[in-house]
Amino acid sequence: MTEMTQNSFAARELVETPSTVLRAAWSRKALGLIVPALGLVLWETGVRQGWVSAHLLPPPSELASTLSDLGASGALLEHIGVSSLRVAAGFGIGAALALLVGAAVGLSRRTEALLDPSFQALRAIPSLAWVPLLLLWMGIDESPKITLIAIGVFFPVYLNFVSGIHNVDRKLVEVGDIHGLTGWRLIARIFLPASLPNLFTGLSLAWMFLVAAELIAATRGLGYLLTDGRETGRADLVIVAIVVLALLGKASDSLLRALEQRLLHWRDVFDSRQA
Amino acid sequence: MTRHLLELAIQAKHFNRHRVIDQLDFQLERGQIASLVGPSGCGKSTLLRIVAGLDTAYQGDVRINGQPPRLHSREVGFIFQEPRLLPWLTVAENVGFDGGKAGARDPRVLELLAEVGLSAFAHSYPKQLSGGMAQRAAIARGLFTQPALLLLDEPFSAVDAFTRMRLQDLLLSIAARHQTTLLLVTHDVNEAAYLSDRVIVMASRPGRISGEVEVTLPRPRDRRDPELARHEAAILALLDDADTGFSDPEKLAVNELPLEFSRLLFAV
Repeated sequence: MTEMTQNSFAARELVETPSTVLRAAWSRKALGLIVPALGLVLWETGVRQGWVSAHLLPPPSELASTLSDLGASGALLEHIGVSSLRVAAGFGIGAALALLVGAAVGLSRRTEALLDPSFQALRAIPSLAWVPLLLLWMGIDESPKITLIAIGVFFPVYLNFVSGIHNVDRKLVEVGDIHGLTGWRLIARIFLPASLPNLFTGLSLAWMFLVAAELIAATRGLGYLLTDGRETGRADLVIVAIVVLALLGKASDSLLRALEQRLLHWRDVFDSRQA
Repeated sequence: MTRHLLELAIQAKHFNRHRVIDQLDFQLERGQIASLVGPSGCGKSTLLRIVAGLDTAYQGDVRINGQPPRLHSREVGFIFQEPRLLPWLTVAENVGFDGGKAGARDPRVLELLAEVGLSAFAHSYPKQLSGGMAQRAAIARGLFTQPALLLLDEPFSAVDAFTRMRLQDLLLSIAARHQTTLLLVTHDVNEAAYLSDRVIVMASRPGRISGEVEVTLPRPRDRRDPELARHEAAILALLDDADTGFSDPEKLAVNELPLEFSRLLFAV
């Protein structure tokens, strides 16, 4: 049966030469640009016609000049750099801890009984509720921000990894057994690759917690740019910060997706994006 | 060398207080090809798992080359019913899995892939293989450690009839070349007679040996040889004797019906 489906897939691949597939992909991407472009035109004309106050909603042209000013002074790059570093550090720490604890909990019933209830309880705390406590404990420098991001990233990665381990095909684990794999070698060679598809979450959450952390106490970073814009009554700054955040989030998402494609190309799944 | 490669004496094996194996004794000589046939539930796969060291909860004594079974023994290879290739590794990495990270670069991998006719697929992923190709890769993986005893759990039951015949011949040629002893579990009386020197027939509930058929025909054998058919008939006769129907403990009623009637039931 699988042979038959594979053959029919192969047949379709023959029909779709790479160039036609590529062209179709580009025209689909162009389709997605129509609505934003129309929105921008409407926005610009709306503000110029005086339908909306330029003070509350600066037109795209003004945003562009704000953006280029920020870019030219190097301030924007500095904010982006600071924020990206925080996200990277928080995500790295949170994900690494989640993998460590997840492996311990996923592989041993006893560790699971010992730790999992506590983590489930901690998970129930909305991550933003940690903010005041972290500020009290750690002051207002880098550590509370990175800690908050790490906490926010930890739980989804942890839960996905544990459920990934629990769902690994027992038959593949037996292959590991037959080859004498135990302990961390079993994790590294069977469990981690088998549950990798579950781990590609959490980075977008990292950006969310970054904003939360920087909104409250920061002198640099994109969250600070947001606060600064509000306090000085400059809507253009706020909107520019939002746009940059969106772009960075999208960029890191694409980066992760590319990584996922590279690491997970072995998966035998039906790719709906090609249909 | 007087010692048998495999000496097996299992008194009992229980699953949830059901006795699934009762008094199983046999020995295997080096280089022999033996099949275990029997109705489902007769414990033949369990037996294989015990020899492989995957199952340790039994009463009795099992010796491979004088040693009790243990996982990751160089002496024993295992081929499952399904290929069970690790989907995230290439074919070569799967075959050399036992050699760790450097396993795929072991020259033996390419030799084995050539033997099973998969040289061109060394760097493919399992999803790109057909069922028969995947099982060939699994056979290559089972042979990578150069085991003295290769255990096979219904290895060809998931492939079509033509592929099965080709894989059977491949297995025989590889076993002869590597002088591997084979212990094979199968449902297929045809397969058992064609491949084996000895066919051990098992009965179920609890699993026990109901008889043995020796197949002394020279190789290569002709699948149409009437002698082979005679051996198959002997195996079938033993299976018939052993057949007590689907005697699940909960469904004993069927078993208590007159034999002819219960046969009729299964025909329906």
